[in-house]
Amino acid sequence: MSLAVGAPSAHAPPMDRRVQARRLTVALSLLLAVTSVFSLAWGASGTSLWGAMADLIAGRELSRLDRIVLFDIRLPRLCLGILVGASLAVSGAVMQGLFRNPLADPGLIGVSAGAGLAAITAIVLGAMLPPAIRELTGNYLVPISAFFGGWGSTLVLYRVATRHGQTSVATMLLAGIALGALAGALSGILVYMADDSQLRDLTFWGMGSLAGATWAKVMAATPIILAALAVTPFLARGLNGLALGEAAAGHIGISVQLIKNTSILAVAAATGAAVAVSGGIGFIGIVVPHLLRLATGPDHHSLLPNAALLGATLLLAADMIARVIIAPAELPIGIVTAVLGAPVFLWILLKRRGALGL
Amino acid sequence: MSTFSRLYITLSLLLVTMMAGHMVMAQTPSRIVTVGGSVTEIVYALDQQDRLIARDTTSSYPDQVTELPDIGYARALSPEGVLSVAPDLIIAIEGAGPPETIDVLKSAQVGYVSVPEIYSADGIVTKIRIVGAALDQGPAAEALAQQVADDLSAAQAAAVQAVGGHPKKVLFILSTQGGRIMAGGRNSAADGIIRMAGGINAITAFDGYKPMADEAVTVAAPDVILMMDRGGDHGAATKELLMMPALIPTPAAQNGKVVRMNGLHLLGFGPRTASAITELSQALYGETH
Repeated sequence: MSLAVGAPSAHAPPMDRRVQARRLTVALSLLLAVTSVFSLAWGASGTSLWGAMADLIAGRELSRLDRIVLFDIRLPRLCLGILVGASLAVSGAVMQGLFRNPLADPGLIGVSAGAGLAAITAIVLGAMLPPAIRELTGNYLVPISAFFGGWGSTLVLYRVATRHGQTSVATMLLAGIALGALAGALSGILVYMADDSQLRDLTFWGMGSLAGATWAKVMAATPIILAALAVTPFLARGLNGLALGEAAAGHIGISVQLIKNTSILAVAAATGAAVAVSGGIGFIGIVVPHLLRLATGPDHHSLLPNAALLGATLLLAADMIARVIIAPAELPIGIVTAVLGAPVFLWILLKRRGALGL
Repeated sequence: MSTFSRLYITLSLLLVTMMAGHMVMAQTPSRIVTVGGSVTEIVYALDQQDRLIARDTTSSYPDQVTELPDIGYARALSPEGVLSVAPDLIIAIEGAGPPETIDVLKSAQVGYVSVPEIYSADGIVTKIRIVGAALDQGPAAEALAQQVADDLSAAQAAAVQAVGGHPKKVLFILSTQGGRIMAGGRNSAADGIIRMAGGINAITAFDGYKPMADEAVTVAAPDVILMMDRGGDHGAATKELLMMPALIPTPAAQNGKVVRMNGLHLLGFGPRTASAITELSQALYGETH
């Protein structure tokens, strides 16, 4: 189980790897910058970023349409794509380190199941809420519910797995499966109650999309996701130590329980916010950390920031494909990430199978 | 009056006329996107299709409309995708969205008209009036609404006549995926059209479309099974359908009464619904052997 995140010095001299990883960070930052520019420039409409910039530089007023496409559609979408992509990839990397399992993803701590159930509840039963609450939440009932649902289920799972101040990762894994099954069953009841149009909404929510990006969503998600991501660098040393096993990590002076608590909190916050604003987007959390481990090794000091950069870049790229491939209609982005992600994942598996002699 | 003032007045009048003309131009939308099959059909029925520039996935009648760009599924519209066809008016069936997209479109000063979906004759007439008003075709829409209302009441009257006091129980099956029968209950388009054609909906236990327990289907004992026509080999499909354990004991299966109709025609609740009523009524009560 611990093979995927094996000892940091397994393959190459550590110094060499560290230099490599730093170069990769620079390269990924550049790549993200370039992708961001293209993401602003590329869309279904004829609005041209270059034309708009020329206009701005020359002091000309932008047309109303250009202004809306650039500042109310593409820019919030770009911000949301970066935030969500970085959240999913970093959360995946942290989870794989914490659970010492190459297949771990944020779903393991129940956040996706809880968020999904809450979103479905909001879609199906939202109309039954008192008008005052609906007035207050407006269009944002589903994201708000998803966020708190994700948090709620993570807290339940954490309480179940924690005894005498010690959190058992194995219990959390198993309880997570049970909680997931329960959430799935409750979702099933709601799906049965849903009418046709609600069913279509549920399906589209499950496939994820950045199409509903608004500044309100960006403003709500930014502080939560940035705070969660800002914590992760302090987890790097602890997660590296955990690769040796909990006991060994404790012996080399790592406070294992603190690492667990912080990891779970950070992942629940980042993933909860990401899922709330974009729905279910798969595979970024698994593919990105594995690609990076193949490239520069399992050291979390470089893995976590690089995962944020690559996750953001890949999600932006997937979103560009999603929004132009069948324009003027649009594909849900979850389809694009799965279609791109699943073959990459298989390829990693095949490669590892060779390396492990299985 | 001096030459100068005469010239002045003429020029002002000319200017006012031009501005008025311009305002009328701006008020008459010429780049229209329709969302919803029945809305699109009404635009065609009002002969305003030249003003259509795009449509949603559910708009598939008449055939020419499929040549227009497809902006996607009605409830999952992409803001930039819709703006990319540069519409000045969107006429959408109730429930189109998501709301975020509609907000962006409204902020881009694209006109937006929402058309209510009601599964009755009055509902269709209301749709026609609203679409007509949005198209600035009030009188033509009124004439169409009147004609459609007349057609509908004639078709319904004929359907009632055909019933002859022995209404048939109709089971609408949306799909039989995985051997589960998804049936149409109350407050569905299927329920509306069955009642208008003089039938009785065999399912009254739930709203909308839901999967049914086999035994409940048997108990419902429909005289006729109504389905959407999806093309392909109907003979084989019908045989397979009537072999389903839940259906075997029903009068419909015993007599082999399966009616298939085009989905948009049957459930669209647009200008063609009168003909759908007549077609369904004939299929239900027409000469049988």
